[in-house]
Amino acid sequence: MMPANRVTFTTLVTFADPMNKPARYSEDFGSIAAARRQGALAALAMPAVVLGASYLGFGAFVRQSGLTLPQGVVSSATGWALPGQIALIEIYAVGGTLVNAALAVILTNARLLPMVASLMPVLRAGEAGPPRLRHYLIAHLIAITGFAIAMQRAPQMLPEQRLPFYQGFAITLWLTTLTATMFGFFLAGMVPLYVTLGFVFLNPLYFMLVFIADLKHRLRALALILGALLGPALHLIDPEWGLLATGLIGGTAAFLIDNARRRRSHGWRR
Amino acid sequence: MSSVLLPWLFLLVGAVATYIWRGLGVMLSARINGDSPIMRWVAAVAYAMLAGLIIRMILLPAGSLATISPIDRLGAAAVTVVAYFVTRRSIVLGVAAGAATLILLLYLRNGA
Repeated sequence: MMPANRVTFTTLVTFADPMNKPARYSEDFGSIAAARRQGALAALAMPAVVLGASYLGFGAFVRQSGLTLPQGVVSSATGWALPGQIALIEIYAVGGTLVNAALAVILTNARLLPMVASLMPVLRAGEAGPPRLRHYLIAHLIAITGFAIAMQRAPQMLPEQRLPFYQGFAITLWLTTLTATMFGFFLAGMVPLYVTLGFVFLNPLYFMLVFIADLKHRLRALALILGALLGPALHLIDPEWGLLATGLIGGTAAFLIDNARRRRSHGWRR
Repeated sequence: MSSVLLPWLFLLVGAVATYIWRGLGVMLSARINGDSPIMRWVAAVAYAMLAGLIIRMILLPAGSLATISPIDRLGAAAVTVVAYFVTRRSIVLGVAAGAATLILLLYLRNGA
């Protein structure tokens, strides 16, 4: 259920976008405050439930790895991106070095650079000038869930309401995961390990469905399919650099194929 | 090294190694046009990495997630996708069906 639908109506508002062509935005929340509120509600609808369950699993995992409750919560607060958090704790638990941990987290989270770089212009929507503090702050809360949903929905929103919507969405999600980390830590003593692992595993299942919705978009579909095929293969060849190579090879190939298709359809029209 | 301090050092390393990419992403976004071919390439790289990571988490998870049997992982993933399309693209029902399958399989294997 999309709570935003209640206030969504098709307005024929015409704005001048940076390219100076008129655009039509179908989602208008009415005000900045309402956009923030609808963002929070959109997070609570489904993402907070699934991500909350995943962080329950993470909290339990923190305890089973010999770390304390404050350490688990600090990890979720400061290193907010589940795959990197799991990699870090796992390396700590098996007695790995700080250098091992740094390399693993850097390579697991390299995806955040292209994610933030491509989402930020959508959220800023042609706002001029260098990035401000609020942009650097909200970047800390850009992760898979918010990225996927904002890339799908934000382009239809009025430009000035996009960042507030995302703030409401991401802060709600972040606070939910901090709470879930805490509850998960207490849960660890009560349920067997395989149950908490099951919670963590909900995460990729949910992301998989979120991205299936993107298969209608040609460039994203090509990149997702190539990434899904290359990811496991390149991981088997080199577990450390495989993911980075997947992004560069799969993404570049998708970009080139999409460009070729664009040029061809352009030619047909002429 | 002090064993009290060591976990905190790990967390610090994790936080820096995570935010550095986000901060660089903000800086980069200010330098390239939102509609330019470079930005489309950057987005394609992001989606390819995300798909690679998600499929890898299901097929070849690291460490403790690997203790879930591959049959359970693939079974839950397959049920998730099938339920999603059968319920006319309901993410809620898709994930719920996948979670129920996983819990059932884990229980049959480990519990009882």
